[in-house]
Amino acid sequence: MSDALLTVEDLRVSFHTDDGVVHAVDGISYQVQPGKTLGIVGESGSGKTVSSLTTIGLTRSRRSRIEGRILFEGQDIVTMDDDSLRQVRGNDVAMIFQDPLSALHPFYRVGAQLVEAMQAHRRISRSAARDRAAELLDLVGIPDPKRRLDQYPHEFSGGMRQRAMIAMALSNEPKLLIADEPTTALDVTVQAQILALLEDLQARLGMAIIIITHDLGVVAEIADEIAVMYSGRIVERGSSDEIFNSPQHPYTWGLLRSIPRLDSPRDEELVPISGRPPSLINRPSGCHFHPRCPYAREAHKRVDPRLAPVDGSSSHVVACLLESSVRERVWEGIRAGRDRDSLVRIASASAEPALESATPIAVAEESEGSDPRPAESALAREEGDVPSTSSPAPVHRPFGRPGVPTEDDR
Amino acid sequence: MTPLIEVRDLVKHFPIKRGLIFQREVGAVKAVDGVSFDVLQGETLGIVGETGCGKSTTARLVCRLMDPTSGSITFEGRDVGAQKGDKLKALHRDMQMVFQDPYSSLNPRKTIGSIIADPFIIHGLYTGAGERKRRVQDLMDRVGLNPEHYNRYPHEFSGGQRQRIGVARAIALEPKLLVADEPVSALDVSIQAQVLNLLRDLQRDMGLTLIFIAHDLSVVRHMCDRVAVMYLGKIVEMAPSDVLYTSPRHPYTGALLAAVPVPDPTGGKRERQLLTGDVPSPANPPRACRFHTRCPKAQERCSQEEPLLEGKPGGSVAACHFPLTDDEVATRLPLALSGRSRSAEPTASAPAPVEPAN
Repeated sequence: MSDALLTVEDLRVSFHTDDGVVHAVDGISYQVQPGKTLGIVGESGSGKTVSSLTTIGLTRSRRSRIEGRILFEGQDIVTMDDDSLRQVRGNDVAMIFQDPLSALHPFYRVGAQLVEAMQAHRRISRSAARDRAAELLDLVGIPDPKRRLDQYPHEFSGGMRQRAMIAMALSNEPKLLIADEPTTALDVTVQAQILALLEDLQARLGMAIIIITHDLGVVAEIADEIAVMYSGRIVERGSSDEIFNSPQHPYTWGLLRSIPRLDSPRDEELVPISGRPPSLINRPSGCHFHPRCPYAREAHKRVDPRLAPVDGSSSHVVACLLESSVRERVWEGIRAGRDRDSLVRIASASAEPALESATPIAVAEESEGSDPRPAESALAREEGDVPSTSSPAPVHRPFGRPGVPTEDDR
Repeated sequence: MTPLIEVRDLVKHFPIKRGLIFQREVGAVKAVDGVSFDVLQGETLGIVGETGCGKSTTARLVCRLMDPTSGSITFEGRDVGAQKGDKLKALHRDMQMVFQDPYSSLNPRKTIGSIIADPFIIHGLYTGAGERKRRVQDLMDRVGLNPEHYNRYPHEFSGGQRQRIGVARAIALEPKLLVADEPVSALDVSIQAQVLNLLRDLQRDMGLTLIFIAHDLSVVRHMCDRVAVMYLGKIVEMAPSDVLYTSPRHPYTGALLAAVPVPDPTGGKRERQLLTGDVPSPANPPRACRFHTRCPKAQERCSQEEPLLEGKPGGSVAACHFPLTDDEVATRLPLALSGRSRSAEPTASAPAPVEPAN
């Protein structure tokens, strides 16, 4: 897929701290097509912000280590020198940050900040840049833009600051806009306005958007494709419909079930995900989600799952050691509103044969640089051995198939 | 059932002052401007609204962490505003608060054990050291914390656990009323449900009455029996949860509901009616109906005559001259709410005027 605007391949970002090495991003791959929206969903500490900051080269530091490739229109951002990176950042790729109050400089007028963003990238006179800044404020729906240019950020309300941030990001007509939790600090009514604005701007300007959020509702509104991140990895990725209609990963189920929704019965019991997000320094062994997963089996503590396609879909991939037939039955149970115990029973009913076949598995360890083969073949064996009952023969082989980058190429 | 707490015409104005020595008042931020409601024994009242609508101020006034400008609060027949000294202390024993930010509401220099024991010390309960420790550990166990962590400091806990500590402190005195001010908005999604379930369980086990303040309408719907919607210091609509979410009458409630993103891509790409602009300043609220500047249904009368809270068809109490009709609810909130199945929702595209986002 050479037509992708942005291709991230096996990106790893780690930071050396006094407490140890923080593996913030641990081998993620995704692509963004021109004019499309990718939603990255995850909790705090799942690496979603670090991965996007790395995309515009903002995590470079003596203490950080960045591996993998980030291809933006064929150029690798990871190896790019600082000067060329500066040409890309804010020009072709722009970013909107979570907290507009701390992202705008409090000492400078909003107009001056917008003009600066333009003059940094193109030869444009001050007055022309000011005219354009007013146009941009108008574009993002700020009334009386000429007067607003001379105001300071503190004179703007929260929603307007976020609009000003968007205006600044749009000032050089980026091809890719990265929005990191753009609505988290805002009220629900203003959030709806900002999301509608982003959609409208995308339709008019044709840019691609990466939207990072913890709110599944927000991505459902706006994203074409969704990647769910957990503990520095993508655990599930698929089209918006696939993620919401047939989610495959227990973590995605947990996210969907732990929030009250306006369109579900009022007395529906919330099912929280037990435990808490793992430390990125001492990560759990095997599947990183196993300490919080009600369906985890003994073998899952040792085997590290990698992204594999879900049956019958070219775009939907998941990193889960449960057999697809089991996942299907558990998800049906979840939809039918079964309680946790009976769901676990559903999952374990078909577990016994899998467990036996899983025992001779070579242990896939965390250690860096270990031979990837044993883990991969072990996984294939485990899943391949499971007699499929309710679904057509599961196809688990195409690891590393072109176009479906594997998550974990150790 | 008798109300546990009655609030009448509660007003809180924060003066805006100018000048260094001879300060003169040049205006007032009308944070709460005439709010009345009852909370029945054992029920959960939700208060929702946007930032700056006065919901947190209302909570603080109810607990008398602030003195109101005028109005009265009656708690079990006692006038909350008139209590002083020991009587106020006794009153505070019956009403406790859980705060929004679990990071700033716990003293970082004290251990969890002493934070939770503080209410006992203040009220002189369980004076024996062994007994006090046992009580604290009981409480920790009850809110799902490991009692062995008695001697740890707040920084050693995650956000969700800190909020549990805040809850343990609030229920230590077995209060009758618990006021929870945005208890989950600072928490991660997967953790929110843990704290919500905890509050529900405690309410059931202890017979607590709960005032639950949040800006998240879906959380409020999940938790509350009745919901009051506030806008610029006033309650604009109040109704039982089922009524409010299926047949909202005030256009502001309708707009809030329409703005909630629903995690369902089929319903997500719907034509929605968005509120334009921002909330006006509470220092200088619009005349008459405060919502008329942003209201899609506003007419001449709305800027002349203030609507009063009154019963509307459907069982809701709303302050509006031109309340939403059932047809409007069906078209403006196409995503069927509460109980209505999604297949039954009208599929016609909303004929409602779609305003450009400001």
